[in-house]
Amino acid sequence: MTIEEKKQAVIDDFSMYDEWLDKYEYLIELGKSLETFDEEKKTEDRLIKGCQSRVWLDSELRDGRLYFTADSDAIITKGIISLLIGVYSGATPEEIAEDDFAFVGEIGLRENLSPTRAGGLASMIDTLKKTAAAYVR
Amino acid sequence: MTIEQIRTHFPLLQTETVYGKPLVYLDNAATAQRLDAVLDREAELSRHANANIHRAVHRLSSLATDAYENTRDRVKDFIGAGSREEIVFTSGTTAAINLVAFSFGEAFVGEGDEIIVSEVEHHSNIVPWQLMAQRKKAVLKVLPVDESGHLMVERLEKLLSQRTKIVAISHISNVLGLVNPVTEIVRICHKNGVPVLIDGAQGIVHEKVNVSELDCDFYAFSGHKIYAATGTGVLYGKKKWLDAMPPYMGGGEMIETVRFSGTTYAPLPEKFEAGTQNFTGIPTLAPAMDAMDAWREDPQWNREMDAVRDYVLSALTADPRVRLFGVPRGTSEKIPLFSFVVDGVHHEDLALILDKMGIAVRSGQMCAEPTMDRFGVTGMLRASFGPYNTMAEAEAFIKGLNKAIDMLL
Repeated sequence: MTIEEKKQAVIDDFSMYDEWLDKYEYLIELGKSLETFDEEKKTEDRLIKGCQSRVWLDSELRDGRLYFTADSDAIITKGIISLLIGVYSGATPEEIAEDDFAFVGEIGLRENLSPTRAGGLASMIDTLKKTAAAYVR
Repeated sequence: MTIEQIRTHFPLLQTETVYGKPLVYLDNAATAQRLDAVLDREAELSRHANANIHRAVHRLSSLATDAYENTRDRVKDFIGAGSREEIVFTSGTTAAINLVAFSFGEAFVGEGDEIIVSEVEHHSNIVPWQLMAQRKKAVLKVLPVDESGHLMVERLEKLLSQRTKIVAISHISNVLGLVNPVTEIVRICHKNGVPVLIDGAQGIVHEKVNVSELDCDFYAFSGHKIYAATGTGVLYGKKKWLDAMPPYMGGGEMIETVRFSGTTYAPLPEKFEAGTQNFTGIPTLAPAMDAMDAWREDPQWNREMDAVRDYVLSALTADPRVRLFGVPRGTSEKIPLFSFVVDGVHHEDLALILDKMGIAVRSGQMCAEPTMDRFGVTGMLRASFGPYNTMAEAEAFIKGLNKAIDMLL
């Protein structure tokens, strides 16, 4: 799937639920199903700054494509980072660096998070983009 | 008076919904909702008596000055102070404690002297003392709490020394919600010749405070936690200390004469009230205190509030998934403030889900990182009840919490 197809899949999934509690339920499931992250990778340099809960992100370039792994000590945050890396893992650094991440607004994630968590979401997006940009250079 | 009747006096609670659901506001320890009489008072002063106080001879200024100064008398009576000179208006508890830490420090603290705080203070009752200790090369010592959250008062006597200059302790911790034995603490400190500052940010809300009986040297609290305007606060200080302390800030009405050869200061309490005061906010303390006095004398309301507290306390204690901090020995020492963790669940996830149910609680460190360290957690969830929180809301909270835990575990 391309980035755009993956985004559409997320938008479709999200639109199945009217209630935000159900959307959280979906995020919690995403968080729980995220593949395990090595404990020794939970280092200060992999920590995303600006989140109230701790979020770690790791990246690896294989055959010109970027693959992410991540973890968080809070499950909804873990669901959010899982959703993000689900869309962007496997894309090229150029695609990620140039993406507008507008679909996050389309599913209403940004405005439906508490201010501190919305700040955390912005930090996650920022870190993904910067990580990708570093590989472009 | 019932809780429902008291609730009608809080306009925000009449109208506000979140995500289309009724708001259940349980973050009262952070800030309380404002009384109708408070909103009216501030609006009335802003509309009809907005003038700077103490400065001008014109009519408007004297109206504003009267409103402000009459409030000083009301506050004096509310906390049982000996004289109005001992009531200093500040912007809140934090400003009041900073004032004492600075001015008391300047007058009485030197190199090698000691200050004692407890292990479970709000940052506002730690950092000002650290700053002072750094400035004066003094030492900050810490009185610990036990596993249930009770201050280990039996260790206080040993902690006090010839070098101890002041002890600063909260009346009620904003995390643990236990009424500290402040009378005993004051007695022990005074026996050793050491003055005591009490951080009353939570204490003033839940306890009838009489500073004369308590005999504390300083008592600090905020208006916004007692249903008055934000940006208002009170420092009570014994005259003998306030007289001996230099001003904290300079400027405005805190002077007597200003010459380049030297300035003399105004008498108490103006000496500590530099700059333009919050003259439309401070007078809202009076209607807030009137209302509080009325509730407290009402047996019906007391019964209902006790029932709310007892219900939440027993529901949380009975749940094996919940680890409550600040476990009382008897219910009367517990205020309706409950901080806890659910093992295996992040406090932030719980708060986020409860928010979507319309239930406002606090999550995180609650401005008390050392308290989090003491109990070995990165944060907690806190539900703090106000005078207007009904039993139905308490039940909605417990039900919502159970649902949230089930979703997350």
